[in-house]
Amino acid sequence: MKLGQLFPSLLTLLCAISAHADEVNVAVAANFTAPMNAIAAEFAKDTGHQAKLAFGSSGKFYAQIKSGAPFQVFLSADDEKPAKLAQEGLAVPASRFTYAIGTLVLWSSQPALVDANGEVLKKGKFNKLALANPKLAPYGQAAIEVLTGMGLLNQLTPKFVQGENIAQTYQFAMTGNAELGFVALSQVMKDGKIANGSAWIVPGKLHTPIRQDAVILETGKGNAAADALMKYLKSDKARAIIKSYGYEI
Amino acid sequence: MGFSDADLAAIWLTLRLASTTTALLLLIGTPIAWWLARTRSMWKGPVGAVVALPLVLPPTVLGFYLLLILGPDGPVGRLTHLLGLGALPFTFWGLVVGSVFYSMPFVVQPIQNAIEALGERPLEVAATLRASPLDCFFTVVLPLARPGFITAAILGFSHTVGEFGVVLMLGGNIPGVTRVVSVQIYDHVEALEYAQAHWLAGSMVIFSFLVLLTLYTRRPNLNKAG
Amino acid sequence: MENIEALFRVEWPGFSLNVDLTLPGRGVTALFGHSGSGKTTLLRCIAGLERPTQGKLSFKGEIWQNEHTWLPTHKRPLGYVFQEASLFPHLSVLGNLRYGIKRASTEHKVSLELAVDLLGIAHLLDRKPDRLSGGERQRVGIARALAVSPEILLMDEPLAALDLKRKQEILPYLERLHDELEIPVLYVSHSPDEVARLADHLVVMDEGRVVAHGPLSETLARLDLPIRLGEDAGVVLDAVVAEIDDRWHLARVEFAGGSLWTRDHGIPVGKHTRVRVLARDVSLASGEPGLSSIQNMLSGHVDAVADDDHPGLLLVRVRIGNSSILSRLTKRSAATLGIEVGREMRVQIKSVALME
Repeated sequence: MKLGQLFPSLLTLLCAISAHADEVNVAVAANFTAPMNAIAAEFAKDTGHQAKLAFGSSGKFYAQIKSGAPFQVFLSADDEKPAKLAQEGLAVPASRFTYAIGTLVLWSSQPALVDANGEVLKKGKFNKLALANPKLAPYGQAAIEVLTGMGLLNQLTPKFVQGENIAQTYQFAMTGNAELGFVALSQVMKDGKIANGSAWIVPGKLHTPIRQDAVILETGKGNAAADALMKYLKSDKARAIIKSYGYEI
Repeated sequence: MGFSDADLAAIWLTLRLASTTTALLLLIGTPIAWWLARTRSMWKGPVGAVVALPLVLPPTVLGFYLLLILGPDGPVGRLTHLLGLGALPFTFWGLVVGSVFYSMPFVVQPIQNAIEALGERPLEVAATLRASPLDCFFTVVLPLARPGFITAAILGFSHTVGEFGVVLMLGGNIPGVTRVVSVQIYDHVEALEYAQAHWLAGSMVIFSFLVLLTLYTRRPNLNKAG
Repeated sequence: MENIEALFRVEWPGFSLNVDLTLPGRGVTALFGHSGSGKTTLLRCIAGLERPTQGKLSFKGEIWQNEHTWLPTHKRPLGYVFQEASLFPHLSVLGNLRYGIKRASTEHKVSLELAVDLLGIAHLLDRKPDRLSGGERQRVGIARALAVSPEILLMDEPLAALDLKRKQEILPYLERLHDELEIPVLYVSHSPDEVARLADHLVVMDEGRVVAHGPLSETLARLDLPIRLGEDAGVVLDAVVAEIDDRWHLARVEFAGGSLWTRDHGIPVGKHTRVRVLARDVSLASGEPGLSSIQNMLSGHVDAVADDDHPGLLLVRVRIGNSSILSRLTKRSAATLGIEVGREMRVQIKSVALME
């Protein structure tokens, strides 16, 4: 084959590929890392589209998106930031939906410390209580609501140690530096059950739901892969994966 | 708009942490630097490498291991419990311990370089003039290596002010106890409080610039050895 | 008990020192040798600046070092002058001098004034070391070592780092030290000229070992030294100025064996002095020579003959009274003259260096 023939055929080939399989850059809240990896793998298998994932703190993604970061889809750890982006004209308002609802759990690495009703909080026989910074993380905000409802907030505030995010909060509890911690169920769950330590799964009625919203960004408008991913996240297959990691939906 | 009370508390805490750390580091780092500068032992390499580790390690690694070691199940944590000191993580002194490790190379290396640059001769001269080694340290080494000590103190202080990863891991973000300026800035940014963040972040930029300016303009005035 | 007993063994890669020596407790002893001969290492061992593999050192009966004892440098009552003055740059000249004085024991002090006066540095006291010339720095270094009232002064090639002019500037001060101080001085040098001027005793070192030691004139007159002095071979004679000839500007000095004419250097009659006679300036003759420009002619007996560095040359030692003089001549002239041990010869001395 002569070079003159090779080039046009390559071009045709490339066009063919891009027409069938698009790419989408996704900013994913760090707490959703494991389920999203699993979902992206299935997504590629089922649709041929590639979801390129970036994980990090939702606050930082927000700042980066405002500065023109090249993401087409944003999976936030809360429902505020996607709404704000939509308001600011940086996201497509109609595309916003809740892809997962987080479950708050009071957890200890010690096997018998936490009882099934969270009575341990009232007894106060523990050194520190780890929670995510309520200003930054919905899980932290939820924890504050739970403690307020139980009338324990003022009493327990001196025992607070705050993680910058829910991952760090889990670290404090996991290393035993804090005997108790309000963490995400998804962090302590393995194969559908709580792997070790002791836990109280906090009833959802004790706090505002921890909604995690997804939204298509302005830059992703008309991107076939972005649309496909949003649709896929709502599929039964994806929901099953999400639930298996300890989220409600 | 200016600094909130929480910001001011963070600033005050940061200054307290950096001063305490610098003072401790000069006390601990000087003998280490002295030994590193003068020893011919086979341990010089390994000890020097350990001191320099924080230069290359991500602070989160250091913070994570400190959290494990100082924690209730860690070796140091057990010791502090036995001694009745309680647990160090989430306390001011826990941050001091973390900062001492974290800023160690910034204090040890300038002092070590200054002592190495002196060479053996001034020490030998002092000995022939009846000065004991300790006497010689205070009357000869300290004045002659003074630029090195000043550099060490400035770097140690400012590096501790700029510390973030270790504090994040070890601190637990307790206002007035472990919530230092860098964490406060992080919180402001994460909470989308950009104006507040600017005040603190801008101050940090100015502070760091002034520190470096002091360091670099001081250079030409170094004592010329005679 | 008045001596210094030193036994050192040092084994370092590429260097060894093996010395067992008794040094006199008075006068200037020169440790002489080429570089690498171990003379500086020996001095540093004595000062306690090096820790030899094995060592014993006693100073006038006091143990400074043996199997059980190690007196650190700052507890040894010595003064040390380094090759470069090594003044403390952060202190003034006075500050440098006082550094040692403050720390020295109060017994029998060489006063600050005396040290300042001996080295002529009174006008420099307020200066910082970086405002001094090389020669001035070394004078301050010597004064600083003296000001601690040492019981022994150790000097490690104090002139080696200086150019000829600076050397000439300092030598008179060193000669004053030699004349006026009563403490023993160990003086490391590789310069035959300095040794001839300053030393009373000579220790010759080579490859970490002592190859000869004894009183200066005797040791210099030895023909079996394994290190060759070449152009510097010669003897030093102790002498007294006996007569000054104002008309010809000459002085006559007497030594044990005769007298010599030399240029008048203004040294008064009756004063002790030393005279250096280099072997290359001495020629031998048999019988009475005729008129000659050479003023100094003596007679003596050939005492010993040895090969010199060059295969064509010989060193001949001639005994004149109680003194010895070395002469260097070619083997051919030795054969022509029939030089042999015991033979009486006329000794012609072309040039004599008088040292104050």
